[in-house]
Amino acid sequence: MLYREAGQFRTTYAQDSQLLPLWQDKVGMAAILGVGFLVIPFVASDYWLSALLIPWLILSLVALGQNILMGYAGQLSLGAAGFMAVGAFACYNLILRIEGIPFLVALFLSGICSAAVGIVFGLPSLRIRGLYLAVATLASQFFIVWALDKFGWFKNYDIAGVITAQPIIIFGHNFNSPQEKYWVVLGIVVVLTLLAKNMARGSIGRGWMAVRDMDVAAEVTGLPLMWTKLQAFAISSFYCGVGGALFAFAYLQTVEPSAFTIDLSFRILFMVIIGGIGTILGSFLGAGFILLTPIFLNIFFHTVLGKAVDATVASALEQIIFGAMIITFLIVEPLGLARLWQLTKERLRLWPFPH
Amino acid sequence: MSDFNFFLEVLIGGLLSGLMYSLVALGFVLIYKASGVFNFAQGAMVFLAVLSFVGFMELGLSFWAALPVTIAMMVLVGMATERFVLRPLVNQNENTLLMATIGLAFVIEGVAQLAWGVDVRRLDLGIRDEPMPWLADNFGIFVSELDITAGVVAAVMVAALAVLFSTTKAGRGLRAVADDPAAAMSIGIPLQQIWMLVWATAGVVALVAGMLWGARSGVQFALVLLALKAMPVLIIGGFTSVPGVIVAGLIVGATEKLAEVYIGPYFGGGIEGWAPYMLAVLFLLVRPEGLFGEKIIRRV
Repeated sequence: MLYREAGQFRTTYAQDSQLLPLWQDKVGMAAILGVGFLVIPFVASDYWLSALLIPWLILSLVALGQNILMGYAGQLSLGAAGFMAVGAFACYNLILRIEGIPFLVALFLSGICSAAVGIVFGLPSLRIRGLYLAVATLASQFFIVWALDKFGWFKNYDIAGVITAQPIIIFGHNFNSPQEKYWVVLGIVVVLTLLAKNMARGSIGRGWMAVRDMDVAAEVTGLPLMWTKLQAFAISSFYCGVGGALFAFAYLQTVEPSAFTIDLSFRILFMVIIGGIGTILGSFLGAGFILLTPIFLNIFFHTVLGKAVDATVASALEQIIFGAMIITFLIVEPLGLARLWQLTKERLRLWPFPH
Repeated sequence: MSDFNFFLEVLIGGLLSGLMYSLVALGFVLIYKASGVFNFAQGAMVFLAVLSFVGFMELGLSFWAALPVTIAMMVLVGMATERFVLRPLVNQNENTLLMATIGLAFVIEGVAQLAWGVDVRRLDLGIRDEPMPWLADNFGIFVSELDITAGVVAAVMVAALAVLFSTTKAGRGLRAVADDPAAAMSIGIPLQQIWMLVWATAGVVALVAGMLWGARSGVQFALVLLALKAMPVLIIGGFTSVPGVIVAGLIVGATEKLAEVYIGPYFGGGIEGWAPYMLAVLFLLVRPEGLFGEKIIRRV
């Protein structure tokens, strides 16, 4: 009843290929964006903005990058945090060393830097696949973080190793408060998500999926395998790099190699699995889920036990729950939360009637 | 001390510590051979095994009492893994299984820390991690006793596993399952029992590896990183080859130590962490199936 396509005809090709064909979707998306841009910044407290919403958006962007590589192109990578680190340090150095470079340009260029590194580390994928590739991508994780840590130039010879990120200045305005940072992050995420959605449903995405499903067959049908794989690595790393730069500049406010550990890589992997492999929506749902679980656990302990639990116990429990969730999702719903949403939509088409 | 002796020392130290990686990697190979699962949780199993062992000893059990208790526990863990993680995921592609074992690694790490706490513990096996006097006196080469013990243990384990695989009934069944699970099932080999056996064996291997590593660097959370250290060994050796693991372990161990000593200073040290990976990646570019792995043939 609520969500029906009945009576909405598509009479031209343009209508057929539009992003949101149903008016319900259009209204829903407009409402989400409206609330996101105009309501939340004024309603949410600073804590909500800087501790939840900003990291959620940023991690969603990174998960989207991971999803492009893993979900669409089928190349399992375990080094997302390494590419985030490249983005963060590239952005820091660009702003530091190039006088008067606009923040958005620096952000874009740091994505490009990360993409270049991604191509280099994607090269083994031309020879190896599957598990061997997954292990090889670990090399990128370790090497990048080590290199950023060891070579003083990247850190501008800072002894402490923790560098304060420069302020975000766009068109002469310093985006300093959580509210302003949120706008910047949201704007970038929306643009990049739209781009990803269109890539995924266009010829680029079809190429990725062909490689994912059977690379030899894809090559036989005339798809340039090398180009497609490296393209996936480059675009995925671009997203991770921009996400990493935002992570450092808008969320952590510091630039340090130790923020981008393998643990973060795994978390991003989990976001994709739980959210839904090969879906745009899934990246957002998964990031939210992984981010919120520890917070809910904390609240749960507070209300049930009436006191704060020891930090080590809490983190151990968190690990167990994450791990168990991963296994459960892989067994019960391999397509993740996005699939659950899809099923809900199917239900809404018929509701309240059974058939 | 002469340069050559120093080189020999570094080389031997590297080779022997490489064997300790081999011990960890052995657990991976066992499981991959039999069930096609790349068990990312092997490092976590090493951690759980040795932490529990030390934990049981702290509870008042003697060394020889704690050993069977821990082995029994690891067998149970292996069986539970088979029952609750692998059986529902049978016939899924290998990436899914890999991700499931990453989840499993998180669960095991969490459980281990919840049960035994996060303190670093010492494990005393009665073997000193000091240069062996006999070698030092006669040849002027300083090699740790623990390293040599690890080498001997690794050799014994490999020999025992080779015997187990080639002569016993269960071993033959295991090889059949590794070859073709469906065919093995159709001639009446109990697939699930074989898998449980494999996971239990991997648990025991994990305990042995954990005890040696625990004696060296303390029983602590860092042990889970061993799994990551063992990966280049696996890649170079090939996922399916037991001898490959030993040879690759030697290569990785030697490269790591030699690179750290001779190339490391130019970069300010710390290249141990990734040098083996780079070696592995370069290796893959030449031989994608590893040294002794089965040739990968892909059909459409």
